[in-house]
Amino acid sequence: MNWVAANLAQVMALLFAHIAITIPAIVLSVAVAVPLGRLAHASGRARGSILATTGVLYAIPSLPLLIVIPIVFGLPLRSPATMIIALTVYGVAMLARSAADAFAAVPPDAVTVATATGHTPAGRFLHVELPLAMPVLIAGTRVVAMSTIGLATIGALIGIPSLGSLLTDGFQRGIAAEVATGIVLTLVLAAVVDGALWLTGRVSQPWSHIVRETRSASL
Amino acid sequence: MNLVGETLLWLADPLHWTGPDGIPTRLAQHVGLTVVVIAIASAIALPIGAWMGHTRRGEVTIATLVNGSRALPTLGLVTLFALWLGIGVRAPIIALVILAVPSIVAATYSGISSASRPAVEAARALGHTSWQTLSRIEAPLAMPTIGGGLQSALLQVVATATIAAYVADVGLGRYIFAGLKSRDYPEMLAGSVLVILLALVVTAAAAGVGRLYRRLTNPERTPE
Repeated sequence: MNWVAANLAQVMALLFAHIAITIPAIVLSVAVAVPLGRLAHASGRARGSILATTGVLYAIPSLPLLIVIPIVFGLPLRSPATMIIALTVYGVAMLARSAADAFAAVPPDAVTVATATGHTPAGRFLHVELPLAMPVLIAGTRVVAMSTIGLATIGALIGIPSLGSLLTDGFQRGIAAEVATGIVLTLVLAAVVDGALWLTGRVSQPWSHIVRETRSASL
Repeated sequence: MNLVGETLLWLADPLHWTGPDGIPTRLAQHVGLTVVVIAIASAIALPIGAWMGHTRRGEVTIATLVNGSRALPTLGLVTLFALWLGIGVRAPIIALVILAVPSIVAATYSGISSASRPAVEAARALGHTSWQTLSRIEAPLAMPTIGGGLQSALLQVVATATIAAYVADVGLGRYIFAGLKSRDYPEMLAGSVLVILLALVVTAAAAGVGRLYRRLTNPERTPE
């Protein structure tokens, strides 16, 4: 605790850097994976190739990926953009599958009714499919958020500042309190983001508790 | 593109294929570390997962554990244990075991606890003891799920074992850290390519073992 108090400014700057890397990565993952998942759900052939590609991407280890990305995209090695791209690759790889499952779980009757009542394909997607796919999408996003926040620490190994810098700096200077601070703050940040996503899920599906009550009543 | 050529030259250099820092040695260390970690993690996680699944206890605990462990930075565990135990292979082994245990426990729990109820009740009715029910009925039925959990733990460990080189003189990660230190980009890139290739080979091999297992246990079923 003494160590934290003495280095509060540095710790806060690294926490902010961590947030500035992980939040864009989580948002980008959702923005790319949801349309991909919808596409995978729409056609069997697309499903096969999308899920196979994301499966291979997910298997690529993170530290080597951080070395390869700057070359492919022509970025400087220590750019936070490198980290955001790498985390988005993993986020999309994880979320595309659960997004495909989320759209597959939408009751076909609801989609048919929406078409019959004159929804355009875009309107049907926004007002019917997306809200009904929301519970599974939120669950998948929570998984992505947790692993993104943990994984961002790896960037410190190649010099991209984040809470991971407390882990490498603490190790090199032999300060266990600094390493512990890095671990604890990473977990706390993950818990806060997880709580926020859970709350988003509750607010975006106000009917969910009614459905649950009806279900338990019928059992 | 010059960099790609230099990396290929680095990989083709016979000097990089012999001795204690040669590619075969580093590859063997990387694979050896992974095997040791998976063996220790399985010895811990399989009995715990099987017992919890058999008694159907602790589902919430497992869910919380698995979720929380996703955000737990492995680099933090590696460095913290290295400060405590010193430079060497012990710190990364403990950290990687902690990384691997949750997914094996969760898969074992879910496989055992979702074993067909009628099959389990029939076994009980025929006079099987609790242990016999677990070992003869629930465990065989849970094998595909447990295999899936072992597979994802294996992939995580083989990828993350790269970080072990940060605190110990082992594995393919050595090339990445040595290259970073001396700003030797071809060496860094060569190390990265080797780890990525290893991970992809392990992924393909694990999938192949899974297919083989399904074919052997379900010979009458036509393959997908």
